[in-house]
Order: sequence, then structure tokens, then C-alpha cells
Amino acid sequence: MRPLDICVILAALGLLAAFPAAAGEWAFSGSAGAEMRTFPVRPAYAEQNDATFSPSVSFEPEIVYEWNAGDDRLTVTPFARLDAHDGNRTHWDLREANWLHIGDRWDLVAGIGKVFWGVTESRHLVDIVNQTDLVENPDGEDKLGQPMVNLNFDRDWGALGLFLLPGFRERTFPDDEARLRGPLPIDGNNATYDSGAGARHVDFALRWSHVVGDWDIGLSHFRGSSREPRFVPGIGAGGQPVLVPHYDQIDQTGLDLQLTTGAWLWKLEAMTRGGHGGRFQAVVGGSEYTFHQVGGGNADLGLLAEFLYDGRDADAPPTLADDDVFIGARLTLNDPQDSTLLAGAVIDRSSGATALSLEAERRLGDSWKLELEARLFFAAPPDDVLFGVRDDDHATLRLTRYF
Amino acid sequence: MTRSGPILIIAILLAATGSASGAEDPVAKGEAIAREADGRDRGYGDSKAVLVMILQDRKGRKQERRLRIRTLEAPDETEGEKSLVVFDEPRDIKGTALLSYAHILKPDDQWLYLPALKRVKRISSINKSGSFVGSEFAYEDITGQELGKYGYEWLRDEPCGDLDCFVVERRPLYENTGYLRLVTWYDKVEYRIQRIDYYDLKDRFLKTLTFGEHRQYRGRFWRPHRLVMESERTGKATWLIYESYEFQTGLKESDFSQRSLERSR
Repeated sequence: MRPLDICVILAALGLLAAFPAAAGEWAFSGSAGAEMRTFPVRPAYAEQNDATFSPSVSFEPEIVYEWNAGDDRLTVTPFARLDAHDGNRTHWDLREANWLHIGDRWDLVAGIGKVFWGVTESRHLVDIVNQTDLVENPDGEDKLGQPMVNLNFDRDWGALGLFLLPGFRERTFPDDEARLRGPLPIDGNNATYDSGAGARHVDFALRWSHVVGDWDIGLSHFRGSSREPRFVPGIGAGGQPVLVPHYDQIDQTGLDLQLTTGAWLWKLEAMTRGGHGGRFQAVVGGSEYTFHQVGGGNADLGLLAEFLYDGRDADAPPTLADDDVFIGARLTLNDPQDSTLLAGAVIDRSSGATALSLEAERRLGDSWKLELEARLFFAAPPDDVLFGVRDDDHATLRLTRYF
Repeated sequence: MTRSGPILIIAILLAATGSASGAEDPVAKGEAIAREADGRDRGYGDSKAVLVMILQDRKGRKQERRLRIRTLEAPDETEGEKSLVVFDEPRDIKGTALLSYAHILKPDDQWLYLPALKRVKRISSINKSGSFVGSEFAYEDITGQELGKYGYEWLRDEPCGDLDCFVVERRPLYENTGYLRLVTWYDKVEYRIQRIDYYDLKDRFLKTLTFGEHRQYRGRFWRPHRLVMESERTGKATWLIYESYEFQTGLKESDFSQRSLERSR
């Protein structure tokens, strides 16, 4: 955990400076989960494990210490997973280990943290601070903890967040024998960088956000190592062809916008990025409409549609979303068990390659949650990002205990 | 207290004549009662409450939710209050929070915070008549009952438990309501709401909310600590049991910003 050390030290210094004489308040919580993934189809590549069932367990406690009437808070959230078939998915991370100090209309976060930027559902275009923990879930929603010093101002003219990001986190990838890895193994241990400082390059980001009536507006800029790597063909330790991740230095300016009017949510994310060859632009935009109390009961049904465009060329990291349409439906039963169902499809407008996903969850009793996730991939031509995982349709059943 | 003068006189007169068919206009009287109740709560500033919500289904099975609510009073009658609701239990939704800026007649502004993703989402607030987190309370039942949200009509006076009550009909004036009218019992001593009967848009009786264990804070502000919503139609019930209340805790506008929602816990 090399880069993390810097921020652990920063957080520790902050604590030493601010630790109270008077006792604060401790809080412990967290979750432990067990899941079974099933891959009904045989793998596409010879090295891949052909087990149909792949079990895994995870543990994520959260320890919080608050003092100064909540104006100072220390949060530590380690995460660990043990996976039967993917050595890279057996991993641990500090999702959070930071000190938060709340001032009068400003606050400071020092340590390892997590932030989310954006509004759209099918792709998180402007969300760039945290690296994707891809082995956790191919949907990219899981993130690695990012070392940061983050100063926030909360004023009448909006919220301004300044981020100094010392220490880069490399994206996680499934190992050579695992499913969902693509046509060639990824040599994650020998990643290369544009920056001579490598993973120690200090990145910088800022975001201004504001609410004006029915509009929620965000403007952001990032300068530093791309969270998305591009892949350079190489030779692995055993002489086999591999892909080596390369992290370019990029400049990315992003806009996120939401208009909330009646049952409609109109969403837009756009960004322009330079640093992988030529500068390019990308956009995700669409809407969500919710039917409330469908069938006379408590359930809500939301329909989602988004268009995705990405103008990057072959010099940039590959993307699924060059010219795609996303359609989805979200059913929220609004019952005591908080049952929800989300189904969606991302369809490539030129090739027809389609990724289908289904996510359902329901609480059992007071402290258990049962989740089902299924992902299916269709009609991917050999030049599509989805081609490598064409035989990796899978379903995951996960039972989590919260404490 | 000067404003309560005419009301008390009216009440005395009515009690003296023993008849509700006096010269008093029922609309003006209903409004005056509601205004008096509202006026008595003016100046509470802000509050912090800890409560348990118990959901009971048709078969009597119960599920508990624990939540904390912070509220900031609106500066004047033209605006609604601001509130931040944070869930502590069930554990899987711990940290989930809802920030609301209530308005009188136009839809409220609402943001939801999802702690696992650290994501703040602006959400649509038109589902006023929809169930709040699976309970028998609708969103419009838990948000502020500001004066300007309703039209009023005094119906009658009648005993309510050990007290005497004004019975006032309130008709929502805001959009997207699920109710035609709310028949509301205010006690004559402190103008506290003791009971509400809800009627749907087709004027069918829907549910009853009863308020119990009123306690007074700062020598002025009354709050019920035990609320029961019983639904005739679904056979379900929801209790709200308040464990603690604090008033004038020094909460500011900035404690109800999107950034404070993001760091709420």
C-alpha cells in the first residue's frame, strides 16, 4: 500500500494536532458477505478456470470516532475479499482512513477517502477522483480508496472542493486464470506511466457545484494520471503475450447537470480530455421518468434512457460507450424490506453489441440482505470491448450480514 | 398571546350558547384556530429528534427503523422548513439520508444521500402521497404542516379523550396530494393536534393518526412523542416513538446544504 502511507501520515498528523482532551464517541458497524458467482458457459480462453461456480467472501467493518460535538471525525473502513478462483480478486484495501474537520462553511478531509461526482446512471463520465476496483464488480461501481487532502468551501455561490491527490492507485484486473479478463492477460504488476514520478505523481482536481432552482450544476477539472489505463502489448514473465497498463498524464474538464421537474429527471454529463494522443470529448445524456404508486400500491417504476457518445480514438484507453444507447427500468417496491429491481441494457448503435444487467435486492429480517446480479453479453464483434467477455455471462447471489 | 384573545372569546361564546350554528363564519374560525396553533410554534428555531419507526403489517409482524431528524424553521410563512433525515437502522441502510427544502405550494426540493456510493442524488418530490420508506405515513404526512398549505373550515367542537377539541377540516392546496381533506382535532388548551382523519381524493376514509405523550420544550413548544397511523384500507399500522428532542441547538442554514448531506452520518 505504498501511496497510501503518505496520507496515513497526513491523517495521523492531523489527529495529533486536533485530538481532544475530552473523550469523543466511538461507533462500530459494517458488513460481512458471502457470494456465489455462476458462469454457465465455458470460458473462451484456454488458461481460464472452467469452474461453473465461484464462491467468495468479503468483510468491510467501519470504525468511526467523533469528537468536538461531531466537528472532528476519524473514519477507518478497511475492506477485504477472499475469492476461490481469482487470485487478484482476493485483495484488501482501505476504502477510507481519514480525518474530517468541519469548520464554519468549510471542511477538510485528510487521508484516504472516496468521493462521487455526477448524475447519470449508465456511465460515470466525470467521476474521476477514485480508481475503479474492477475485480470487485465489472460494472465499475466499486472504487479504491484514494489518498487525498480535500478542502471544501460551502458558500452562497456554491460548493467548491479542492483536491490534492498524492499517490496513484492502479486499477485492479482479474488474474490470468479468472473469468471476465478479456482476450489477453493483463500484466498489472508492470504498469507504466507518462510521469517520471510514476505512481507518486501528485494529481490535482477541483469541483464547483451549485443548486439553482430545479438545476443541479457541477463543473470539474482534473490534472494528473488517468484513472483509465490504455494497454500496450508486451511479453509476460513466461514469454506469453500480455497487455501492460499504461497511465497517461491527462487534463480533463467535466460538466454534470440535472434538471428535476415533476416526475422527470433530465441528466447530462460531458467531458473533454487531453493527454491520450488527440483531445476528445464524450457525453452521456438522458432522462428518468418515474411512475409512482404503480398498480395502486406503494411501488414506483422508473424508466431510464440515456445516449452515450465518446469521440476517443485508438490512442486512448478503450471504451464500451463510443456510440451507445442505454435503456433501463427501476422498480422500487417501497416495502418494509426495501426491495428493488434494476434492469438495464447498453446497446452499441453500430455493432449491436449488448450488455444486459439485472440487479435485485431485498432485506431479510433486520440485518441481512439478499442480492442477485446477472450480466449477459450479446453479439459482440471481435473489435468490441465486450468480445473478450462474450462467454462470461454470469449471475451472482450474495448474502450480506450487517452489524 | 394577544392573538389568542379572539379565539378564546369565540370558544367561550360557543361554549356559552352550546351551539355551533352561531354567526361565526366556519372558514374564518377554522383559519383562526390553525393560525393560533401555528403561531404558538413560531420561534422554535431548530430541533433535533431521535426516533423509532415501527412498521406493522396486516399479520402483526413488526419491523423497526431508527432515524434522526434535524429541522430548521423557515424564516417566514412564505417558505417551508428545511430538514435532514438520517437512518441508523436497519443496518443495511445506515447512513442513508434525505435532505428536504419544503415549499408551501410548489413541490419540495429533495436530495438523497447513498453512503455506499458516497452519492448525492436530487430526486423528484412529486410523490407526496406515496409511502415514506414503506410506512403508513405518506411523504406529505411527515413534511411540515405549514399554514399556507391548506384551506380551513371549522366543523364542530367535541370532547377528545380528557380534553375538549376544535374539529377543523383542512383541504390541501398544494399539488400532488393524495387527500381531499384532513379532519383535524386541536385541543382547546394548547392547540396541539390530537388526531387526524385522512380522506382520499374520492372522499373515502383512509387512515387515522393519533398523537400521544405531548411534552413541552423551552416552556413553549409542544411535541407529541407517540404517533400511531392506522390504515383502515391496508390493515397496517406505523408507530413513531420519539426518544429525544432538543430545541434551539444552533443549527444553521449551512447545516442543510448538499455538502452537509454528503458528510452526514
